[in-house]
Amino acid sequence: MLDALQGLGKTTLGFFQRLGRGHLFLLDIFATIPGVLLRPRLILAQLYAVGVLTLLIILVSGLFVGMVMGLQGYNTLVDFGAEDSLGVMVALSLVRELGPVVAALLFAGRAGSALTAEIGLMKATEQLAGMEMMAVDPIQRVVTPRFLAAFISMPLLAVIFSAVGIYGGYFVGVDLLGVDDGAFWAQMQDKVDLQGDIYNGVIKSIVFGFVAGWIALFEGYDATPTAAGVSRATTRTVVHTSLAVLGLDFVLTALMFGE
Amino acid sequence: MNNRTVEIGVGLFVALGLAALFMLAMQVSNLGTFISPDDSYVLEAGFENIGGLKVRSPVTVSGVRVGRVAAIDYDDEAFEAVVTLRIKSSYDSFPEDTSASIFTAGLLGEQYIALEPGGSMDNLVDGDRLQLTQSALVMEQIIGQFLYSTSAAKSEE
Repeated sequence: MLDALQGLGKTTLGFFQRLGRGHLFLLDIFATIPGVLLRPRLILAQLYAVGVLTLLIILVSGLFVGMVMGLQGYNTLVDFGAEDSLGVMVALSLVRELGPVVAALLFAGRAGSALTAEIGLMKATEQLAGMEMMAVDPIQRVVTPRFLAAFISMPLLAVIFSAVGIYGGYFVGVDLLGVDDGAFWAQMQDKVDLQGDIYNGVIKSIVFGFVAGWIALFEGYDATPTAAGVSRATTRTVVHTSLAVLGLDFVLTALMFGE
Repeated sequence: MNNRTVEIGVGLFVALGLAALFMLAMQVSNLGTFISPDDSYVLEAGFENIGGLKVRSPVTVSGVRVGRVAAIDYDDEAFEAVVTLRIKSSYDSFPEDTSASIFTAGLLGEQYIALEPGGSMDNLVDGDRLQLTQSALVMEQIIGQFLYSTSAAKSEE
């Protein structure tokens, strides 16, 4: 009985300790941002690793998600004689929800896990400790450039996802299923609002990029420096980022679209 | 992986991202159909009931869209809704006795304002108010009238 209580207390305290450590870590990152901005080359290299290498999976997934939306949407809408609204349906679901959310989930799987594994391994092989010995701040040299790269590339990936998805929906709807070309675009332009829909989608993806980068880097930096520890940290990155993205998505949607 | 590849890759990535954002803004959103204040003039119309009319709803003449609803307000002296219409300046020759009605597109579609040009020789100018208006049909009122007329017909029998 006492043991169980003790275990519960230990778990709770451990949870809050990690939560606090995560936020202090974030403050450390913020403190080093000005220094990193003076050396943009560091960010450039990470933009390549985090953004460019994620591009392919985003392009392919976006295309297929858009094509599936076109096919499913057409099958439902044609029953009501409303297949001209296919463009609106595809564009709104992609721009508001699927673009930011699915891009963030893919980002967590492709880039987030890689970031955690990389930093966790650096810690396990004591490279981070070595940097500290040479009076190089590992947060400034290693962590912050990766954080900024995630922050910058996430919105870009999300809009690319949405744009490719809309063309995927266009291909299936107009070229294969015979929806009218003009109605597809005209209804879309009529109903999709630049500020209400597209800007809010971009804001969502900026928030997701922030969270995904933060979780991935913290898990890596905080990993137990063993092979098993790094593996656990990588798993946690993907799970926690996905949960955080989906949860935040609900909150953001309620704030943005809940009049 | 040398520096050149990294730079070209990042450059392409950012350019692609901005191109996608531009495509979303111009091709997907309503930015393309936005009417700028420089290129338009406003008319006002008072309605007893605007139903489900919203700001940005279309304004049409003979089914052709000529503008959008810019603002909806309530005039508490005349006890009616005042709708501000922003019309493209290329459509500037509506007679003074043009009437405005609120219609519904399709059975369950959104509501829009249809203008019906009259026969006057003088044209409406910026800031004018339309005198002839017809309110939106409210489904509850129609059903109420229908029920009332059927029950009245029954009691006569």
